[in-house]
Amino acid sequence: MLDVIDLNIEFHDHLTPETVVYDFDLHLEEGEIVGIVGESGSGKSMSALAIAGLLSRKQMKKRGKILFDGVDLLTCSRNVLRKYQGNDICMVFQEPMTSLNPVKRIGWQVGESLRIHTSLTEDEIREKVLKILKDVELDDPEGVYDKYPHELSGGMRQRVMIAAALVCDPKILIADEPTTALDVTVQAQIIRLLKHINKKRGTAILFISHDLSVVRKLCSRVLVMYQGRIVESGEVNEVFDSPKKEYTKRLISAIPKMEKLEYER
Amino acid sequence: MKARFMKNKRLYIGAVISAVMVLFAVTGMFFTPYDPNAMDTSAKLAGISLKHLMGCDNFGRDILSRVLSGLGTTMLVALGTVFIGIFFGTLIGAFTGYYGGVADEILMRFNDAVLAFPSLLLALVFISVMGSGKLNVTIALGILFIPSYARIMRGEFLRCKNLDYVRSARLMGASDIRIMFVHILPNTLQVMLSTIAIGFNNAVLAEASMSYLGIGVQPPDSSLGRMLSEAQSYLFIRPGYAICTGTAIALLILGFAMLSEGLEKNA
Repeated sequence: MLDVIDLNIEFHDHLTPETVVYDFDLHLEEGEIVGIVGESGSGKSMSALAIAGLLSRKQMKKRGKILFDGVDLLTCSRNVLRKYQGNDICMVFQEPMTSLNPVKRIGWQVGESLRIHTSLTEDEIREKVLKILKDVELDDPEGVYDKYPHELSGGMRQRVMIAAALVCDPKILIADEPTTALDVTVQAQIIRLLKHINKKRGTAILFISHDLSVVRKLCSRVLVMYQGRIVESGEVNEVFDSPKKEYTKRLISAIPKMEKLEYER
Repeated sequence: MKARFMKNKRLYIGAVISAVMVLFAVTGMFFTPYDPNAMDTSAKLAGISLKHLMGCDNFGRDILSRVLSGLGTTMLVALGTVFIGIFFGTLIGAFTGYYGGVADEILMRFNDAVLAFPSLLLALVFISVMGSGKLNVTIALGILFIPSYARIMRGEFLRCKNLDYVRSARLMGASDIRIMFVHILPNTLQVMLSTIAIGFNNAVLAEASMSYLGIGVQPPDSSLGRMLSEAQSYLFIRPGYAICTGTAIALLILGFAMLSEGLEKNA
């Protein structure tokens, strides 16, 4: 469904162009969860933003192809791209605190995609929004609908973000470190929620994280990135159990192990 | 309620003063004790009395009536000015701030050029080309106010356009126009309101000074600036004339200045 072929991203806002992503390849099937791991600055977010069509087209040169159902998102017109954005490809950002518009009510924001992409009446939109708010396991959808973002906790906001991304029933959900800003218990809930959504709706998820244990729990395949390149990719268990590249080995050995700590104590 | 009042006294005092002045102005449009233009030769330069609460001017016109109707004129001109300024300023600011690039550069340099001229001088040029009168003064001042509003709004749009919630709106497939005016504009309201209040003040002062110079509102229409310029000839015979009109201007400015400061502090 989604094929990224030889994607290169270069910044051209300095005198010398700077490449941040080299030869990025990705294949995403319907209903699949693929993880991208790597340290900060390894280019994982950049690749995700490029797929979502969020990189401004002026200062950046992008070579390669991003084929979504056969349409190249890199070369198509803005209007075509806009038709896919929000409708087929959605994204959840890292920071739930700033991802919601502070002056608009939650219900309005969640329904925004529907307002843009469909011609439903306000009542139908409200109905759909309430349903999706319930689907992301918010306790009181009716109450949340009329609230402003500052009245919600971080975990609730991230759920709202996920609801806003899912309201149009997209084929791909890009989750750019959706749990990094949350505390551990909420993290686990969000991960469970993502997995549940994937099963129930068949939404493919591109999960970006530097938390390897989460990736292992959630994803079926994984890409490991380092300094703008994919160093290793494959089935999760394969990559984690028998890493081939030195970098992957070191990355995996950096996961703190609970048992060992307890033993040492 | 009391705690909130203590926290932001300026806002509430400013709101009260402004509200009272607006009330006077609205009253002046429908009801004045005397016809503001009716001359009573027997009451030329009459002092303060129960019959004429603020006395009479050199033509025997009731000053209170003229202050009330002048307040309305001044406010209408100021409102029109601010409206023209904020409307076009927001449009220009939105497009230049959001898109950036060459158009931004050109428009902003043009903006700088307009801002570099003394505004009263430019207004003079406009008036001498278009002719004086209430409407033309409003238009001239309005055009003069566009650049400063455009600059402020541009800054706001520049600040907002890279925020996460704007990015996520773009990701939902919202068009640029929708992002600008549905997603970003409400977030600039706080800044916009306080600049409107300041701009209103500047407009009142500009109108008053233009009318004072005789190029603003034309007789027989009353305007606070015009009355002040007429009053100065009788400053020593009837100081009450200048004091009453001057106080009206001062209160109007004070009210809106405190309101805008309070709004800024509330942000």
